[in-house]
Amino acid sequence: MKKQNAALVIMKRELSAYFSSPIAYIVTGLFLVFSGFLFFNTFFLANRAELRNFFSILPITLSFFIPALTMRMLAEEKRSGSIETLLTLPVTAFDVTLGKFLAAFISGAAMLVPTLFYVITCYVFGSPDAGPIIGGYLGALFLIASFSAIGLFATSLTKNQIIAFFIAFTICILLSILSGFLVFLPSWLVNFCSYFSAYSHFTSIAQGIIDTRDLIYFISLTAIFFALTVEILKGDSRR
Amino acid sequence: MLSAPAHGVQIMIEVSHLSKQFGTFRAVDDISFSIPTGQIVGLLGPNGAGKTTTMRMITGFLKATDGTISIDGTDITENPVEAKRKIGYMPESAPLYSDMIVDDYLRYVADLQGVNADEKVPQLCETCGLKEVMHKNIADLSRGYRQRVGLAHALMNDPEILILDEPTSGLDPNQIQDVRDVIKEIGKTRTVIISTHILGEVEMLCGRVIIIAKGKIVADSPTGELREKYGHSASVFVEAGGCSESDLSQALSQLEGVSSCTAEEGEAIEGVQTASLLAHAEGNAEIRPAIFKAIAEKGWTLYEMSIRRNSLEDVFHSLTQDDAATAEGENA
Repeated sequence: MKKQNAALVIMKRELSAYFSSPIAYIVTGLFLVFSGFLFFNTFFLANRAELRNFFSILPITLSFFIPALTMRMLAEEKRSGSIETLLTLPVTAFDVTLGKFLAAFISGAAMLVPTLFYVITCYVFGSPDAGPIIGGYLGALFLIASFSAIGLFATSLTKNQIIAFFIAFTICILLSILSGFLVFLPSWLVNFCSYFSAYSHFTSIAQGIIDTRDLIYFISLTAIFFALTVEILKGDSRR
Repeated sequence: MLSAPAHGVQIMIEVSHLSKQFGTFRAVDDISFSIPTGQIVGLLGPNGAGKTTTMRMITGFLKATDGTISIDGTDITENPVEAKRKIGYMPESAPLYSDMIVDDYLRYVADLQGVNADEKVPQLCETCGLKEVMHKNIADLSRGYRQRVGLAHALMNDPEILILDEPTSGLDPNQIQDVRDVIKEIGKTRTVIISTHILGEVEMLCGRVIIIAKGKIVADSPTGELREKYGHSASVFVEAGGCSESDLSQALSQLEGVSSCTAEEGEAIEGVQTASLLAHAEGNAEIRPAIFKAIAEKGWTLYEMSIRRNSLEDVFHSLTQDDAATAEGENA
């Protein structure tokens, strides 16, 4: 009998719970309303067949939508007590975190799928540069991965979904708008702080330039919050 | 404590000097016991005594502050996955995913346990009587059915050790009987720990009882020997006429072998004034002849005298009484 990977089993359950609930469609619908407004604004009013506006606001949009996806993942398990039935099965804290992280990442990425319609629209009515579009989607996936890890960390801290949402939202939005604050800082701090800005790393990828520094930023951001979640699940605060 | 098991019997659970501290509250305080294969052990104690905390540490859900737990030779903190593989655990009130149907849930557990769902799930559906609810949402189940799904969850991996936290709480008498039958059946070959505060359940199911109060073990013995070991043996119910209750109490308390007297309702007969009480014997003293003589000497009339063995409730009460009042800490 082939043994299934515990993380994948958990991921499958999370995904089926998510997609069989109305929340999936409400969140995706809202996301499309926001992003659609930004896209068609450019498309019809500015008369430009490009996705730049859609991508430029994406860090802020995702700061809201990814925490909304992840907020219940562990907080609800802690509230209902099902975390106890889960963690006393022969699974590790890593399995649980990985399963939930993958589910969050896939749900987040699924939100982007309908936006491919914008890409098609652009190519039908214009001839946009492929680089920024591919870069934009790649950057978006990195953003979703990091924000999913942040969201998962937040939901592991509390039994309350709303608190989990606001913790994650605060961290994500700070990383997204950090670059806007840099003008207030002394110049010697700017370089240091701008490294933490998710926005500037995302824009650099979204310009179609793949720089390892940007990739390392997103990968380490994901890894740090992922590891923190694993540690929290190992400790007693899992109650 | 008890339980140096017979030679050659395998120890399934070895708990030594286990403690758990929550902030300033010591929920479990230096407890040790070992349980051999094929024993059903009842973990008994008032609410907040540390039963749930102990179970949570044995199942690896909580980390012990001090002490070690070994599951069939595997340390739960060093190799949790390996140890948890041998355990089937159902927490109190069976917290399950309420948004799943029973069949999906059990298949999910089967996948996580690495057992063949197509084989095992129908089998457990049979054992736990879940046929009618297999395609219902867990949220819509009655308490009894939820508990049975929880039992199926715990039995999924054919565990060597079954740990059930208050498995019969909130069930109706028929459901209680069903759950007990399942536990009894499993207990024939495996190790079972159940926590409960129903004493009758312990007498019926468990070969051994461990009583915990305020995080400490106050009694650990085979169920049958508990009374003799920890109870003050017997009490005598006395009903007499021609005297007041205080007279009777005073007279009997002075007798040799009587430790104390407590008031007890007699079965009053219309128009007959009687006084009744319970005289508690010291140790194993036989106090009935002395009582009879004392009453006869005073010229009172003896209506009834009968011996009452101490019930398990009395034992439980006397062992945990002082602690129950102060141990208001959460049942973490």
